[in-house]
Amino acid sequence: MALKYTEEHEWLDHDDGTITVGITGHAATQLGDVVFVELPEIGREVTKGEEIVVIESVKAASDIMAPLDGEITEVNEALAANPALVNEDAEAAWFFKMTTTTPEEMDGMMDEDEYKAFVDD
Amino acid sequence: MTLKQLPLAPLHAELGARMTPFAGHEMPLQYAGVMAEHLHTRAKASLFDVTHMGQVTVRGDGVAEALEALIPANLIGLAPGRQRYGVLTTDDGGVLDDLMAANRGDHWLLVVNGANRDADMAHLRAHLPDHEVVLHDDRALLALQGPAAEGALASLVPAVAEMRFMDVADHEWDGVPLVVARAGYTGEDGYEIGLPAPQADRFARALLAHADVEPAGLAARDSLRLEAGLPLHGQDMSADISPVEAGQGWSIPKSRREGRPAFPGAARLLRELAEGSPRQRVGLRPEGRAPMRAGTPLWDAEAGGRQVGLVTSGGFGPTLQGPMALGLIEGPAPDRLWGEVRGKRLPAAVVETPFVPPRYKR
Repeated sequence: MALKYTEEHEWLDHDDGTITVGITGHAATQLGDVVFVELPEIGREVTKGEEIVVIESVKAASDIMAPLDGEITEVNEALAANPALVNEDAEAAWFFKMTTTTPEEMDGMMDEDEYKAFVDD
Repeated sequence: MTLKQLPLAPLHAELGARMTPFAGHEMPLQYAGVMAEHLHTRAKASLFDVTHMGQVTVRGDGVAEALEALIPANLIGLAPGRQRYGVLTTDDGGVLDDLMAANRGDHWLLVVNGANRDADMAHLRAHLPDHEVVLHDDRALLALQGPAAEGALASLVPAVAEMRFMDVADHEWDGVPLVVARAGYTGEDGYEIGLPAPQADRFARALLAHADVEPAGLAARDSLRLEAGLPLHGQDMSADISPVEAGQGWSIPKSRREGRPAFPGAARLLRELAEGSPRQRVGLRPEGRAPMRAGTPLWDAEAGGRQVGLVTSGGFGPTLQGPMALGLIEGPAPDRLWGEVRGKRLPAAVVETPFVPPRYKR
């Protein structure tokens, strides 16, 4: 299925009830060299907008927010071990997988073309 | 407030710099990325535009004596063609700014922090009414830093190879007068070069044409100076944090501790030098991967205990390949402290600084 994008520069890949979440290449470029990633606990119930990932570049710390209500089902430990993967290929470097109670919210999210237009503004 | 544009602004744009407001100037934060720029500086050489810093000349009779009344360093004993690190102290023994003071023979040159140039000028003019104190806004300042800096600059100006660490000399390149200091703030060998702003673009391009030289921005300058254990005014040292507390007591030599002209804040600083300061700077190596940024509370125990201080500068060291921080704590330094990061106390080893040994050419 095609990727969906949030205004917080996350990408969502929805496959059979599981949503994989990462940040966009644009966000990775803006952050600069990522040196630390703290992932949420598996099984954690999250609310849309809740800060659930800490991501630190050489210069500053920022957060990734839960894009939807739901539960964390898997986290990318390889990323915690090697945060530079985010800068190498942001679309491959997923942060966590989740299930959601509000899948319909994804319908309102941007597709790739809309996200590109959003970033260019 | 309108930001001042650097004379090299068109070059920074051409090089793809990401710009940021700093010290009243639109400054290059990074080009290729802070990690690459930092590592290139330690491997080869990087060119930094530090024109935001103030280049101040002081002329008149007895400049060294007059400056010693403001700066507790040995300036009277500084030979022409040499420069020295010093601090402008406040009456309370805090630090108004830190600077380089160069004896240029018939005058003195002070290079001060960009964020403090106006405050420094007011302070200098108020205390040196009989001297000519001029801020040279019409000049650019470039820093070329790294082990290949000598080769790169000497390919344009051969005589700079003969300079030693902290020498300051007049040189010329293609008709452009340069004031060259063998110094910097990265822990690497290198030079800082003052020159007329209109010629800076041409000179910078000539340096960048050298195979070993890449541009680097403020972000890399900050991670480089922190690895080198060099304090940043406004963070590690301030009107509230004395030079002794900040670990810069070495810059106040014995000759200034007895007899010589007094300086602002002498009572506190001489007492701190003799008896130790109530607070002290420590180097920290967080044991995990999470950086401890400026403002992180420091505790003396993993649970309970007492907050003993704060991180004043902290981040990730690209050469160190791990987090590092400078802290200011009360009381003696233990072997270990805990930094409170996002509500959790994380352990950090208390270590000697610099984190990465400097490679100055003495």
